[in-house]
Amino acid sequence: MSYVPHTERERNEMLAVIGVARMGELFADVPAQVRFPALKLPPTASEIDIISEMQALAGRNAAVDPALSFLGAGTYHHFRPAIVDYVLSRSEFYTSYTQYQPEVSQGFLQALFEYQSMICRLTDMEVSNASHYDGATALAEAVLLALNAAAGKRSKIVLSPAVHPQYRAVVKTYLRGTHAATVVGDEDGAADLEQLKRLLDQDTAALVVQNPNFFGQCEPTEGLAEAVHRAGGLLIIVTDPISLGLFRPPGAYGADVVVAEGQSLGIPPAFGGPHLGIFAARMAQVRRLSGHIVGETVDADGRRGYVLTLATREQHIRRAKATSNICTNSALCALAAAAYLATMGKRGLRQVAELCFYRSHYAAAEIGKLIGFEVNPQAPRNPFFKEFVVRLPGPAAEINAQLLRQHGIIGGYDLGRDDPHLKNHMLVAVTEVNTRASIDRLVSALGKVAT
Amino acid sequence: MIRNKIPTLYELSVPGRHGIDLPATDVPQAALPKAELRADCDLPELSQLDVVRHYLLLSQRNFGVDTGFYPLGSCTMKFNPKVNEQIARLPSFAEAHPLQEPETVQGNLALMFELQQWLAEIGGFAGVSLQPAAGAHGEFTGLLMMRAYHRERGDLKRSRILIPDSAHGTNPASTTMAGFTAVELPSDARGNVDLDAVRVACDDTVAGIMITNPNTLGLFEEHIAEVVRLVHACGGLVYGDGANLNALAGIARPGDLGFDAMHYNLHKTFSTPHGGGGPGSGPVGVSAQLKEFLPGPVVELTRDADDARYVFSMPDKSIGRVATFFGNFGMLVRAYAYIRQHGAEGLRENSEHAVLNANYLRVKLRDAYSVPFDRINMHEFVCRGAIEGSGVRALDVSKRLLDYGFHPPTNYFPLTVPEALMIEPTETEAKPTLDAFVDAMQTIAKEALDDPTLLKSAPHDTPVKRLDEVKAARELVLSDRTKVAKD
Repeated sequence: MSYVPHTERERNEMLAVIGVARMGELFADVPAQVRFPALKLPPTASEIDIISEMQALAGRNAAVDPALSFLGAGTYHHFRPAIVDYVLSRSEFYTSYTQYQPEVSQGFLQALFEYQSMICRLTDMEVSNASHYDGATALAEAVLLALNAAAGKRSKIVLSPAVHPQYRAVVKTYLRGTHAATVVGDEDGAADLEQLKRLLDQDTAALVVQNPNFFGQCEPTEGLAEAVHRAGGLLIIVTDPISLGLFRPPGAYGADVVVAEGQSLGIPPAFGGPHLGIFAARMAQVRRLSGHIVGETVDADGRRGYVLTLATREQHIRRAKATSNICTNSALCALAAAAYLATMGKRGLRQVAELCFYRSHYAAAEIGKLIGFEVNPQAPRNPFFKEFVVRLPGPAAEINAQLLRQHGIIGGYDLGRDDPHLKNHMLVAVTEVNTRASIDRLVSALGKVAT
Repeated sequence: MIRNKIPTLYELSVPGRHGIDLPATDVPQAALPKAELRADCDLPELSQLDVVRHYLLLSQRNFGVDTGFYPLGSCTMKFNPKVNEQIARLPSFAEAHPLQEPETVQGNLALMFELQQWLAEIGGFAGVSLQPAAGAHGEFTGLLMMRAYHRERGDLKRSRILIPDSAHGTNPASTTMAGFTAVELPSDARGNVDLDAVRVACDDTVAGIMITNPNTLGLFEEHIAEVVRLVHACGGLVYGDGANLNALAGIARPGDLGFDAMHYNLHKTFSTPHGGGGPGSGPVGVSAQLKEFLPGPVVELTRDADDARYVFSMPDKSIGRVATFFGNFGMLVRAYAYIRQHGAEGLRENSEHAVLNANYLRVKLRDAYSVPFDRINMHEFVCRGAIEGSGVRALDVSKRLLDYGFHPPTNYFPLTVPEALMIEPTETEAKPTLDAFVDAMQTIAKEALDDPTLLKSAPHDTPVKRLDEVKAARELVLSDRTKVAKD
């Protein structure tokens, strides 16, 4: 199966126009000894065959009922209104590329401008880019932004240990080449914000805090921005966009840069990607942002229109001096998020956030009643949003295996995967797709596996 | 053509209107932490019909491959098979959570393992990581691996990366991010990287070269074997920018040419949709000496007793993670289905016809638009868009093409050709489409001489006319709440 449309006759006419007798002559510049390798690939498959083959492959995965999955830790099962996939399926959008020709890209440009507008309001920031790859790479770029803002005069990043472990890993990978900064703060998993504040000094380019943090807890943000600003650094907040339907936005407590994983906004889990890096900041940082930004302008007749703007930051203009190397981003996922936010609206997003809050608290309360289980043992009185830690009577890996095998339930994230001391702990995520009935099934199953 | 402006979501918003109902709370309502709450998240208030009609109208103001011919050089705007969209939406793929136990997602791991193998086979490499999210992300990944390789050998002096002047802007930008200095190499009179310049630049401070082959002029580098030899001889490594692999898949393997690493743009060569700018996917393939530095986790096949099992593993000397989880899995599914449909034969057929189409256009257009390097090219070529004696520039030709219903080529790139139009037709376009494009280009060349203002004021038949980019950059209206005037 191939999608080449040429007939034999067309092919011959074209070869004659070019002035070669056969196709092979077009490849005379390719060294003969490596030309036309015999690739060891499976034989071709028709469209009929490929559908059944891919269904069979997908069938080797255990079927997941999102209502019976309590796995989160950065990717979540949330309700996706039908409108979102309808919009994503418009191929005028998904078969286009970056909007270098604005006159025939007004549709996508306006959609991205509206995405930026909604992200700014949701986070209470002044500018958003048109998307980054994912939450972790957006954070890594935010750290590079902070180092640029310090113009080489600051080389310390204070990173909370309660930032998603994979995000922390990506930040460190991004800094491997330049050695532009040392990362401190996350060596001690139990360090709280008070301890992190003590690490702030005149060499600090940024403090990075996740709120709600990786363990689902709301961080005490009072005085945080003041502390980091007093030291002369920037406050970078990693957040959950669903939480912003309910909780005070990072802009309200002084964040300079806000990044987030936008997958919760209408994008399927899809085994980890493609997802959406949300990247917003204060206007003071606009020339240091990475990625495309859409701006409003007018056309030759004075009509409102949109263009990609501030291209002088970007690699295709600035090359080695660009703020980032990013070119391809996650625009279609930004479109999904925009369609999601427009459909949910201010009431809908608040309802989703409330359902996450109420149901996760119900689940936490019920699990807390089980003998041998303890909820949020590290900070039982802290507010949390949609995830919480459970100390288990045995290893999370074993309990999860039993939940799946005997009850068809996907349990919480095994925190022992990142920290061996926490092998008896799991991170349970509860969203609006987990009904009371499914939560009751989890609680009852946990009660049984423990005994 | 409807020219009325489409109101924004906020302009359409009416206080109190709702698009959706969530179920009522079926559990006790725990006390909300009052001090932490916001009054209002300030999203628009719309009905579902408002939202659907809005996006439908917007889509009608957007040009995609499904709308018409899109010969955007270096971007490989080929047909995106619809069956692959359907397959990527299978619930077992789309709903799988990345942190599920590997035992519950063996189908996904099998797919990733096979795709690693196939990409390695197509590129001639020993190992592949699927984690990078885009081409530039793959470049950055490859450069970090090259850096780690030299450092592991105690070779700390290597701080420079050689980059031909025709390279994509991502190459020098990635080089800076990876902590190297980019050294620009000139091109020779035939459009190749200048061999003497490579020879002079090669010394023990060179970490490697980043090279695009075929290069951005669409030309296969005639001295590629010698370039690779020179770089290897001074202890450097060769990184291939895989953006132009649509000319080479099934024709030649970069690994066989001596390349040590290369990224694959799955959204180009392997037809995953460009999505209006992304998501893409930029897996990296490497030779045996770099394999242990790959970012992870990668997928491995283990056999306990009679049972084949796929597992995640972190390469021994891995540079670490470059993104969360395992890369853009949804794109991997599409690329897997695409390669599986084509097989070796189909991939070669694609490359051959991509090259056939590009050469056909070059020959048909070269009288009206001069071609600076007029020889057999690969999947794309570059001509000059300025029409002599008319004052018409490449930009004007591009804008006029919009009136004829075509997306313009990449313009003003590569930087080595003034007034460049970089044309990449791809293999999925048929001769009648190419002929119609040739007709339009030839008509435009005549219009340029007869009535240059027609071109300079183009486009005329689009929803908006030329946009004021200077105003956009000066006033910085970047969201509908932040109308902040800047100097």
